[in-house]
Amino acid sequence: MTELSAPSTLLPSAGRARTVRSMSPLARGRLPVLLLFLPPAILLFTIFVILPMGEAAWYSLYRWNGYGSPQQYVGLRNFQVLFNNAAFTQALWNNGTIILVSILIQIPLAIWLAMMLAHRIAGVVVFRLIFFLPYVLADVAAGLIWRFVYDGDYGLFAALSAFLGIATPYVLADRDLAIYAVLAVVVWKYFGFHMMLFIAGLQSIDKSILEAAEIDGATGWQKFRHITLPLLGSTVRLSIFFAVIGSLQLFDMIMPLTAGGPSNSTQTMVTFLYTYGVTRMQVGLGSAVGVVLFVICVTLAFGYKRIFMRND
Amino acid sequence: MTDPNSAMHPTPATKLYLYVALSIIAVLVLIPLLTTALGGFKSLGELRTNPFGLPSTWHWSNYTDILFGDRYWRQMVNSLIIAALTVFLTLVVSAMAAFTFAHIRFFGSGFLLNYFLIGLMFPAATAILPLFIRIRDLGLLDSYWGVVLPQVAFGLGMSILLFRNYFRNLPDELFQAAFVDGCGYIRFFWYISLPLARPMIATVGIISFVGSWNSYILPLIMLNSESKYTWPLGIMVYRGEYGTNWQLALAFITLTILPTIIVFFIAQKHIIAGLTAGAVKS
Repeated sequence: MTELSAPSTLLPSAGRARTVRSMSPLARGRLPVLLLFLPPAILLFTIFVILPMGEAAWYSLYRWNGYGSPQQYVGLRNFQVLFNNAAFTQALWNNGTIILVSILIQIPLAIWLAMMLAHRIAGVVVFRLIFFLPYVLADVAAGLIWRFVYDGDYGLFAALSAFLGIATPYVLADRDLAIYAVLAVVVWKYFGFHMMLFIAGLQSIDKSILEAAEIDGATGWQKFRHITLPLLGSTVRLSIFFAVIGSLQLFDMIMPLTAGGPSNSTQTMVTFLYTYGVTRMQVGLGSAVGVVLFVICVTLAFGYKRIFMRND
Repeated sequence: MTDPNSAMHPTPATKLYLYVALSIIAVLVLIPLLTTALGGFKSLGELRTNPFGLPSTWHWSNYTDILFGDRYWRQMVNSLIIAALTVFLTLVVSAMAAFTFAHIRFFGSGFLLNYFLIGLMFPAATAILPLFIRIRDLGLLDSYWGVVLPQVAFGLGMSILLFRNYFRNLPDELFQAAFVDGCGYIRFFWYISLPLARPMIATVGIISFVGSWNSYILPLIMLNSESKYTWPLGIMVYRGEYGTNWQLALAFITLTILPTIIVFFIAQKHIIAGLTAGAVKS
């Protein structure tokens, strides 16, 4: 930026921002750019992101059916109702389980596959493509496909159990099993994305470190445990971050699979919001769910970034 | 443990292990997709007796009936219009904002950038009810814009961040050379920044296209009339109507995800890079 100094004396420096760049002759075009380039983004973002979020906080204190303006102030009643509602606590619990499974099953699976695909063998590209394929499909389509797979009358589970000679399990209709069925679809759909993150992470590891360890007689597991995994640290943290954020907003996939049933056993926060807030137009209650989700997301995002991703 | 290094040229035993393990996973990924596609060719009775294998007689009519009806095409066109508008608006609005953040220092720019980054932290679902009321009060309910505008707004945080980082990494000399030639900000943006940012335009474009194409909750809440339905809404309705006739639902699902799969295989490099690198870089 130092080269800018000579011609910049020709023009008056604009306003209070006396930075090097602001004194460049280009400064003359600054105002029109600011007035032309920023407002569309600010307007859109404020109207459709920030204001609705603020309104959610406001509406959550009212009992309101969405028509006219909110009149009936109920204080924190909506939150009270929410946390005493068995379906909502089940939803919170389910969201937690989904996060846990994403981290404990999906990420190790993704690392394992990424390590395998790092070998120089034929067909690596094809495998990578296949594993990533579910990720580009819509959640809704994945959900419907698996609804067929799980179907006790026509689907693959029906055929499988007939083949094994056992009674057909109606997994999606079973209160205890349904959530695991959903979890399997989550892993099926998203492991490829995490695998790609780890493939990128592995590529950035300096091969000479591993070679040095090998010369020193390190076994494969030792190399993985003491070199590869620590060096993948930032990727693991990133991957966990995406798994958490994705799990918290799970909705599209649940709707075709179970729509939160049977008897609310697969409800997540967002399906709960939809079922109880949107379809019944209970704006106050639905907004309260939104606020809870918002607080969880922001706390996790801030906390996680502060604690784990400081150095990334 | 498998490890990328010592086995750069793996032994036959390792190779066997790799292929077996990878193939098992690949089969688990592909079987649901293949049975769906093949199921669309079967009759309901055969679906019950033989869900895995090839159909004994290929019922092309399941597919052709859908392809010759206008329902499928209408939904595809709706999704395409909404996705195209979303991509276009996201690119224009976020590139312009990112350009000012990258090149112009102004009072409060740091604060304003952080303001946009709040949008990265929570999903549209959190504010879905107020969003619905806002769209209704604006009279945009049941219109493409009612879906497009919130989608663009919620994508802005990520897109602005990606563009800003890219613009900032362009060499400074370009800027000086351009201004010596008497080029202003706007022309610099149009003739130099944007053409050079083509890879980032592709990344942001792919992210917002895939997001919009697959999006379900916003269209579900904003669109009422079936003539405006996007395909994710469409398959849910179709499956609801023909719930017991799985073979029709399967054919419909196959046809709706077919464009995604074809485009994915054609442009896989760009799509994978866009969807993962985009995530990493932000």
